[in-house]
Amino acid sequence: MEAVVVKNLVKVYGKDKTAVDDVSFSVKPGEIFGLIGPDGAGKTSIFRVLTTLLLPDGGSATVDGSDVVKDYKQIRNKVGYMPGKFSLYKDLSVEENLNFFAAVFDTTVAENYHLIKDIYVQLEPFKTRRAGKLSGGMKQKLALCCALIHKPVVLFLDEPTTGVDPVSRKEFWEMLKQLKAQNITIIVSTPYMDEANMCDEIALIQSGKLLSVDTPENIIKSYPEKLYAVKAGNMHKLLKVLGGYEQVMNSYAFGEFAHVSFKNPDVNLREIINYLNQQGLVDIDLKKTEVTIEDSFIKLL
Amino acid sequence: MSEAVIKTDKLTKRFGDFIAANEITFEVNKGEIFGFLGANGAGKTTAMRMLCGLSIPSSGKATIAGFDVYKQTEQIKKNIGYMSQKFSLYEDLTVLENIKFFGGIYGLTDKQIKAKSEQLIDQLGLQQEAKKLVVSLPLGWKQKLSFSVAVLHEPKIVFLDEPTGGVDPVTRRQFWDLIYEAADRGVTIFVTTHYMDEAEYCNRISIMVDGVIKALDTPRNLKDIFKASNMDEVFYELARGAKRSE
Repeated sequence: MEAVVVKNLVKVYGKDKTAVDDVSFSVKPGEIFGLIGPDGAGKTSIFRVLTTLLLPDGGSATVDGSDVVKDYKQIRNKVGYMPGKFSLYKDLSVEENLNFFAAVFDTTVAENYHLIKDIYVQLEPFKTRRAGKLSGGMKQKLALCCALIHKPVVLFLDEPTTGVDPVSRKEFWEMLKQLKAQNITIIVSTPYMDEANMCDEIALIQSGKLLSVDTPENIIKSYPEKLYAVKAGNMHKLLKVLGGYEQVMNSYAFGEFAHVSFKNPDVNLREIINYLNQQGLVDIDLKKTEVTIEDSFIKLL
Repeated sequence: MSEAVIKTDKLTKRFGDFIAANEITFEVNKGEIFGFLGANGAGKTTAMRMLCGLSIPSSGKATIAGFDVYKQTEQIKKNIGYMSQKFSLYEDLTVLENIKFFGGIYGLTDKQIKAKSEQLIDQLGLQQEAKKLVVSLPLGWKQKLSFSVAVLHEPKIVFLDEPTGGVDPVTRRQFWDLIYEAADRGVTIFVTTHYMDEAEYCNRISIMVDGVIKALDTPRNLKDIFKASNMDEVFYELARGAKRSE
């Protein structure tokens, strides 16, 4: 049985603000599934429907076999949800928050301590501190512990790494890998395209619509053109020249390079370099490059 | 020799026993895009507040556009622009009202404001939205408008605090087009970001860890020095030992 099945899901706010527009995907048990897209893509609305906090306006969804509308009570016992915004009790201590969430779900911290142990040991020195007084990274760890303490079948993490520096982001993904090893299904949303590779399967989403659902490897493989990376002394000028060159299909900045695809699949690179030189660009470095999820996302937009 | 518009010398800010920014020394040149990176809690915001004339340093020296950060904070504020992800525009005012409001704050005349409004609306393609409330604009447009408003008074330096959070990759690049254009006009760009690919768009970057600047160079040189294939690895190498977190 799939851990999560979403079929033709629709969510409309007010008269005509369609936040989720005919979205379908499914998540296999024990996998890390990433919902990847910018703000306003509909990620949070999907999470809130799946965690039974919002009613869908169309379509259907199940979590661990339970229907999000009919069986909402069962789902609430089976899922853990970490919202994007810090939502623990700021005036309770670390320990008190954790005990509270365990009690609400009719369990104890001791019973499922193995799930949170690796994360909680980092919090333990601050266990009497009020949650509101913790650092950003510590708040996040506590929120994750509270979402895990009742041993959920499916864990929903809404943008856990937004605004977090690259080092802490990396640590967070390490924690998720360890949870995956404990057989918890994880659905995580993120605006960072580079985090896609940490997921088993991803859905790229924009303006309420899915652009693609597949493994990161398959999405990259299905990129239709050959992709090149090009560099020049003056990058801003290079981008302008590429944008106006009739041979170019797509071009955009990508780190220290510009990524570019050509209309002609058998393009002559020598000819391209000559053209760029004629335009006054120097120190040209043009080579084939690997496609990334960000390239795929841009292509699908 | 290029002209330095930001100069700091051992700039320090203490809060009690805590040294938020510890003897930071660097220069940024006119028209340069300077990336100011660091882990959460490294002291970036504190440093930026001093540079913007919003917080008086505990010790050290700094001049911004030639003005002293201790004594000439009002002149500094007139010569810089500022945009952050958290605050930028008044959502309950229309696009035009926001431009008018900020133009007024920065001391532009009605005539200048009118000319600027038309130019800006035209440049951003916001003709249809000019009289709509900012709250109704997509995030990407808000960010572009917000940047344009921050450079409305043609400041010498513009400070951007995580300007592109949460937008799609195409919109993020359109935003950088605006940054490049401003830099070409000679505006100095001082930008913080958590997107390491954006760090590569900068002429030079500094990486702050636990209150000190641990590295400062071009992205190319930093990658060579740390034998890294991208900025993410450079950042990780420098910041993974950080003691502080926000």
